[in-house]
Amino acid sequence: MQQLLTTALGGLTLGAVYAAFALALCLIWRSTRIVNFAQAPMAMITTYIALVIIDAGHSYWTGFAAALVSGLLLGAVVERVVVRPVEGKAEINAVILTLGLFILIHAVAGIVFGSRYRSFPAPFGVRGLTVGDTPVALTGFGVFTVLAVMVVMGLLVLLFRYTEVGLMMRAAAFNQEVARVLGVKVGRMLTLGWALAALVGSLSGLLIAGGSLVHPAYMDSVVVYGFVAAVLGGLDSPVGSVIGGMLLGLSLSAVSGYLGSELVPLAALVILMAVLLLRPGGLFSHHAERRV
Amino acid sequence: MPTTTEAGEKDPAAAADGRGGPRRRWRSSVLPRHLSLAVLGLLAVTVVMETTGSFANSQLASMAYLGIAAGGLTVLTGLNGQLSLGHGAFMAVGAYTTALFLDGEPPALPLPVVLAAATLVTLLVGAVVGVAAARLHGPYIAGATLALAVAVPGVVLHFERLGGEQGLGVRMPETPVWVLDAAYFVTGSELDPTKYVAYIGWAALVVTYVLLANLMRGRVGRTWRAVRDDEVAAEIAGIHLGRARVLAFVVSTACAGLAGAVMAMAVRITAPSGFSLTLSLTLLSAVVLGGLGSLTGALIGSALLTFLPHLVTGLGTDAGLTDVRAAELAPAVYGLTMILVILVAPAGITGTLRNLWRRRRGVA
Repeated sequence: MQQLLTTALGGLTLGAVYAAFALALCLIWRSTRIVNFAQAPMAMITTYIALVIIDAGHSYWTGFAAALVSGLLLGAVVERVVVRPVEGKAEINAVILTLGLFILIHAVAGIVFGSRYRSFPAPFGVRGLTVGDTPVALTGFGVFTVLAVMVVMGLLVLLFRYTEVGLMMRAAAFNQEVARVLGVKVGRMLTLGWALAALVGSLSGLLIAGGSLVHPAYMDSVVVYGFVAAVLGGLDSPVGSVIGGMLLGLSLSAVSGYLGSELVPLAALVILMAVLLLRPGGLFSHHAERRV
Repeated sequence: MPTTTEAGEKDPAAAADGRGGPRRRWRSSVLPRHLSLAVLGLLAVTVVMETTGSFANSQLASMAYLGIAAGGLTVLTGLNGQLSLGHGAFMAVGAYTTALFLDGEPPALPLPVVLAAATLVTLLVGAVVGVAAARLHGPYIAGATLALAVAVPGVVLHFERLGGEQGLGVRMPETPVWVLDAAYFVTGSELDPTKYVAYIGWAALVVTYVLLANLMRGRVGRTWRAVRDDEVAAEIAGIHLGRARVLAFVVSTACAGLAGAVMAMAVRITAPSGFSLTLSLTLLSAVVLGGLGSLTGALIGSALLTFLPHLVTGLGTDAGLTDVRAAELAPAVYGLTMILVILVAPAGITGTLRNLWRRRRGVA
C-alpha cells in the first residue's frame, strides 16, 4: 500500500512536468505542424541561465522569472530566424532542422557552462511531508510543481478562450490563408506561439531541475517522454497533452517502482508504439483513422 | 518534388545523349562500374593505410564504421524519406553481438562469420522495428526512433550479462597467419592489430557500398524513390508501400549492425555510453552534410565526423578553452552546419557541387 501510494504520488509530480513539456510540443505542433525536438535543449539552456543568476546571489524567484523570460525570447528568435524558412516545406526538413538546433544548443551549453553536473536549488523542501505520523512521498517542491503546471495551464486556457490574441492565434493555427484574409498577422501569431511554447518548456525544465542535478543532457530523455505524452493525447489537443502527460507520469513511475528505473525509457517506447499502432489519433480521438 | 534533398540522382540527359559511345556504355553497365570503383577504392585505402602511422590508422578504422552506418542511413533517409534517430541503437545491437561472439578463447566463430552474425541479428531487430515504423512518417518516425535511441542504453543496463555501465571488453582474435603473410607479401611491412581492424573495416565498407550502390541503381532503388516522392502514385504503379519501407529500413539497419561490429573491434569495448543519442544525431548530421541519398556524401560526412573533431578541438584549446569545453566545439559545428545546409543548400555538399557543375555546363 505504501509502495503504491509512493508510486502514485511520484507519478503525479512527474506527470505534471511531462504534461507541461507535452503542452509545449503540442502548442508548436498546432501552429506550425513541426515537432520541436530542440525544446529539450532550449529548456536546458534557460535553466542554466536561472542557475547562473541564482549562483550570483540573487533569489530563486529572480532566476525563475529570468528563465521564463529568456525562454519566451529564445522561442521567438528561433521561430523567426531559423524555423520560418522551412515552414510549409517538406516535413523531413523541419525535423532535421530542429535536430540540428538540438545538437547546436547542446554543444553551446557544454562550451559556455561546462559539462559537469551542477546542483540546482529548490524553493521548497525536497523532503517528504508527513500527514499525521505517516510520511508521504510528496515533497513541498512536488506540490509546487503540480500547482505551477496547473496555473500555467489555466492561464493558457484563459488566453486562448477569452482574449483577442488567443482567438487570432487559434485562427492562424486553424487555417493560415483564411486567417490572413481576415486580417490576422499570421507570422506574428506563429512567433508568439513558439515563444509561449518555449516558456512552458522552460517551466518544465526548471521543475525537473529543482532540488536535483543539471547538466547539458539532463532534458534529453524528457523530450522523449514529452513526445510520448503529446502523442498519447493526440498531439493536437492541449488538454489531451496534459492528460497524456499525467497518464505517462503514473505509468512510468509504476514501471520505475516495480520493474527498475533502467527500463523506464523502454516502457516509454512500448507505450508510444502501442498508441501509434492501435490508436494513432491519440487516446481521445473521435476519428477512426489518421495518418501518423 | 516533396523532398528537395536528394543528391544521388543521375542526369538522364547525360546518359541518353548520343555523344561518346564508350562513356555511355560505362554509365549503363552498373555492376562492372561499381566493382572497378570498389577495386580502385581498396587500392587507394591500402596506399593511405601503408603511408600513415598508427594513430591515422585507428582514425581510418573509425571513419570506416561511421561510413558504413552513414551509408545505410543515407539510403533510408535520402531515398526512402524515412528518418531514423535510432541508428546508434542498432549499432549497439551489432556491437554487443560481436562482443558476445568474440568472447571465449579461441573465439567460437571465425571473424567474417561473426561480422555476418552481427549484421543478421541487427537485421532481425531492425525488421521488428521497421514493421512498426513503416506505418509512421515524418516527425512520428523521428520521435519513435528517438525513443529507441534513448531506451537501448537502459535495456543494456538491465541485463547483467552485458556488463553494465562498464560494458564488455572485446577480445580481438589473433590475426591469421596467412593474412600476416599476404600483407607482408603485398606491402612489405608488418601488419599490426590496429591496421588489421582498419583493413577489415574498409573491406566491409567497400562491400556494403557496392551492394548499396547496386540496390540504389536498380529496381529496388526506383521503388524507394517512388514511395518517397509520391505515395499515391507509387501505389497506383503497383508498389506495396509497407513492403518497400520495411525493406529500406531493414537494409539500413543491417548496415548499422555491421558498423557496430566494426566499431566494437576498433574501440575494443562496448559500453552503453558509446551508443548515446549523440551518436545517432551526429550520424544524421554526417548524412545531411554530405547530401541525402548520396553514398559519396555519406563517405565525405563520415570523414568530417572523424577528422573534424581533432582539428576543431585543437583550435579551441589554442583559443584558451579547457579540453572538455573544446571537445564540444565539434558538435557545435555539426549542429550549425546541419541548420545551414537545410536553410541554404538542402542538397548537401555533393548535391550542391553537382548542381554547380551542371549549371556551368548548361551555360557553356
